[in-house]
Amino acid sequence: MPAMTFAQALNDAHKIEMQRDPNIYVAGEDVGVYGGIFGVTSGLLEQFGAKRVKDTPITESAIIGTAVGAASCGLRPVVELMFIDFIGVSMDQLFNQAAKMKYMFGGKAKIPMVLRATCGAGIGAAAQHSQCLEAWFMHIPGLKVVMPSTPADAKGLLISSIRDDNPVVFLEHKILYALEGEVPSGEYTIPLGKAAIKREGKDLTIVATAQAVHTALSAAEQLAGEGISAEVLDPRTLNPLDEESILESVRKTHRVVIVHEAVKFAGPGAEIAALIAEKAFDRLDAPILRVAAPFVPVPFSPPLEKEFVPSVEKVVKAAKTVMES
Amino acid sequence: MDISKEKMVEMYTIMNRIRMFEMRVSELFAAGKIPGFVHLYAGEEAVATGVCSNLRISDFITSTHRGHGHLIAKGGDVKFMMAEVLGKRTGYCKGKGGSMHIADRDLGILGANGIVGAGPPLAAGAALACQYQDTDNVAVCFFGDGASNQGTTHEAMNLATCWKLPVVFVAENNMYGISSCTINSMCVPNIADRAGAYDMPGIVLDGNDVMAVYEAAGEAIKRARAGQGPSLIECKTYRHRGHFEGDPCVYRSKEELDEWKEKDPIPRFESKLLELGVLTPEKTKEIKGSIQAQIAEAESFGESSPYPDPSEITFDLYTEVAS
Repeated sequence: MPAMTFAQALNDAHKIEMQRDPNIYVAGEDVGVYGGIFGVTSGLLEQFGAKRVKDTPITESAIIGTAVGAASCGLRPVVELMFIDFIGVSMDQLFNQAAKMKYMFGGKAKIPMVLRATCGAGIGAAAQHSQCLEAWFMHIPGLKVVMPSTPADAKGLLISSIRDDNPVVFLEHKILYALEGEVPSGEYTIPLGKAAIKREGKDLTIVATAQAVHTALSAAEQLAGEGISAEVLDPRTLNPLDEESILESVRKTHRVVIVHEAVKFAGPGAEIAALIAEKAFDRLDAPILRVAAPFVPVPFSPPLEKEFVPSVEKVVKAAKTVMES
Repeated sequence: MDISKEKMVEMYTIMNRIRMFEMRVSELFAAGKIPGFVHLYAGEEAVATGVCSNLRISDFITSTHRGHGHLIAKGGDVKFMMAEVLGKRTGYCKGKGGSMHIADRDLGILGANGIVGAGPPLAAGAALACQYQDTDNVAVCFFGDGASNQGTTHEAMNLATCWKLPVVFVAENNMYGISSCTINSMCVPNIADRAGAYDMPGIVLDGNDVMAVYEAAGEAIKRARAGQGPSLIECKTYRHRGHFEGDPCVYRSKEELDEWKEKDPIPRFESKLLELGVLTPEKTKEIKGSIQAQIAEAESFGESSPYPDPSEITFDLYTEVAS
């Protein structure tokens, strides 16, 4: 298996799928000549030409809106929103149009499109270029929400997202782009709605997404040194959510910590905690704890940004708390 | 202009079908049989009819909250429309959409839309698909004076010209966004004056003259099919009803309404057809009678159809894929 970065794995997925299906086009700000601001669409313009790789004006509503219109007429757009924070100026096209068309038209619509966007803090990009907004999209019936944590998952999940006949919001944590890992070559797919156990353990389950998966893995390593065996579960897809894998892990460990970079209040962890409380309450030996961002916009100054992002120390502390109760 | 007698009779028939459908919906709404909101197209029939009479089944349209006229003009079946506005399982959307969300992909109708200004980017996207797939199909975007001030409309027009998309933007200027008159909401007299900003032809028309609409739309559609890019056509018109059924219309005068009723596009076209000898009084009566029967049949189909079963609430949300 070749080693590649998270960004290269996404690039590989684009190339494989665009070769396979001529109805796939890529559009967005700086996706062509520039190759994407984080390099994900690098080389696509040269390989597939300007018809299929479209540099757009700064016009997020039209980028997403044309994708919805084109998808409903037979194309399979993969569009890039440079930062998920920009969804604010284009949300209608996603949540009132793309997400609802199939249902409100009585099933007679198909919107096969992928909206890719970078998310997350860690590079000092401040309040309007750093958010984790996955809970917004989880709350919208009709969308699928994908959030990979490794290069291999990024590739397998992006290919599946492109092949899916529903609108998919594909969130890429910007800290992960440079992460290297082994990635299966060729048409590698991972089904949407299938969680992955990133580390097996028996004493507690840490459910984590995106960059927080790596924080959880570091915490698990540290906990192992103290005799605590933590299982790290990455849902990978937040909708559909792999409820059974989460519940199965909880039934084994009886203790849960949920880690994510979205703000804690009404964040994705709230839904996961509620799921466990509803379906596995009697298997819990301790209250569920969440380690997540405080309820503030993402701050700029390095010490403040560091405080905002869930740390290994906070995860270890939460793990010890659930172990002690 | 070059227009056959058959085409004229067809347009006359469509305009009457829209009017009679709308007036019956108005009565059914008043009788409490239709839930929610209905926004009627009565008075604006010449626009949808004149434009859609140039379209093929393989062309696309996006519509608005005031969409019944567009749907009928693009070939929508009044039976399934009536069932849908009544909330029945046999409706176009199985009762999931209602008046504001009727669509039929098979007829190229990408949906009425409850969000003002949502249609233009969707139409540009449909046009992109037509261009991408090397067809000479086009997309037509119907939008109102209200939507003409939304950012989405301008983004779509800009991108449509940048990408030379085969789309025709048809502004239906009925002068009011609910109560807000264009005198207060626009800083230029015509929506089409803005076309220059997007380097596309901008044409202002009497939207109650179906022949004028047919001709202008025909030119714009021809241009789009030939790969020459988008156009903006503004049709000045007026809604006979309120914004929605039940609207007290405190923002406009009876005199204004009466003045526009004088310019009602249907009697106007009818006189013209009688004058040209295309129709006779007997023939007009016959056409109207047959539409009346069609609407009555649609109503009884809708009324006798079952409501959706509550168990259907979760159906049709996602398309299943075996990947």
